[in-house]
Amino acid sequence: MIALLMRDLRLATRAGGGFGLGLAFFLIVCTLVPFGVGPQGGTLALIAPGILWVGALLACLLSLDRIFALDWEDGSLDLLATAPLPLEGAVLVKAAAHWITTGLPLVAAAPVFGILLHLPGAAQPWLVAALALGTPALSMLGAFGAALTVGLRRGGLLMSLLVLPLYVPTLIFGAEAVRRGAAGGDGTTPLVLLAGITMAVLAAIPFAAAGALRVNLR
Amino acid sequence: MAPLLQVQGLAVSRGGRRAVEGVDFTLSSGQALILRGPNGIGKTTLLRTVAGLQPAAAGRVEADPDAIAYAAHADGLKAALTVTENLEFWRLVFGGPPIAAAIEAMDLGALVERPAAMLSAGQKRRLGLARLLVTGRKVWVLDEPTVSLDAGSVALFADAVRRHLAGGGAALMATHIDLGLPEAQVLDLGPFRAAGEPVRSRAPASFDEAFG
Repeated sequence: MIALLMRDLRLATRAGGGFGLGLAFFLIVCTLVPFGVGPQGGTLALIAPGILWVGALLACLLSLDRIFALDWEDGSLDLLATAPLPLEGAVLVKAAAHWITTGLPLVAAAPVFGILLHLPGAAQPWLVAALALGTPALSMLGAFGAALTVGLRRGGLLMSLLVLPLYVPTLIFGAEAVRRGAAGGDGTTPLVLLAGITMAVLAAIPFAAAGALRVNLR
Repeated sequence: MAPLLQVQGLAVSRGGRRAVEGVDFTLSSGQALILRGPNGIGKTTLLRTVAGLQPAAAGRVEADPDAIAYAAHADGLKAALTVTENLEFWRLVFGGPPIAAAIEAMDLGALVERPAAMLSAGQKRRLGLARLLVTGRKVWVLDEPTVSLDAGSVALFADAVRRHLAGGGAALMATHIDLGLPEAQVLDLGPFRAAGEPVRSRAPASFDEAFG
């Protein structure tokens, strides 16, 4: 499993691997919003939690179809399915690699983007915590969507339609935690619920995604 | 000695249509079996079924799933990784023997540092076959292993198969060309072609295949 993780990370950082694309997309979303909304700090601060979370969702979505599609095209997925590694484990590892290359940079860069959107300083720790707890669920749910649509031509759009609704609970509690933090309150409750969603997703989805892959490999 | 792979009354279907049925064969240590038959008769489907990638429509495949190494048209190579990195990855996944012997067997010594993207089709194929050697598995299930190989490479491949058989392995191959393996048995799938009627079912054609 470690070998698979290292390979996926190495592939992501080689030429054409797409490392940093999600982060750049996030940056562009966060710089465009002030142009569209106007530079008034009050308005921006109000919508910043929502914008940051929606931006993170979309940045995550950008690279999802790469999780399995490339391995399917070059036959690696067939070989992984016949390898001693359980397919559920492979799914978990590939989602983890996706999170490390997409989610983790977002978590690290979020405070900078928060400043771009006039997010109050008090909300910054909440933003980082909420993204750190929520983005693993985004990668895992995305891996499920990618497993369902692997092998479909132009499955990317279908995958977005399947995956985005599944992101709703994460979005609600993630943004709520940041919003409460921005209002100077305590965001622990939404944060705990967010962590619960992520745990449930990490526990259940690898089996669903591996099942979907097995069907698609037939 | 127990056979490594035993197939009894196997029927496979593709897209809701039976391809071949009633296929029986047994592979023991040291044996090779070559499948022949016209295009579209179901050689690939049969091999994927034996490899455990899809369920049999009828009949049984008895083999230890951890004994089978499958190789098909796609070699499972990553263009951005070098020859060594590609091989080393599959060795780690399968827990097989060191890659040096495989590199030598497939004559890849001069290419080890080259990214797979820079290899020719035949060189990629050789790398894909070298992957079989690093799986350390006993039963090779190969779909058209010699596509895009030149005569010299086919001979290298035949040598590798012969060594694999001598080492107690077995091989099941679908191929159209003569590999120079006189000891291999040949099974012509022609007589096993399923009678024309497609399987009638109220579900869409591939439904049972996907969820059955």
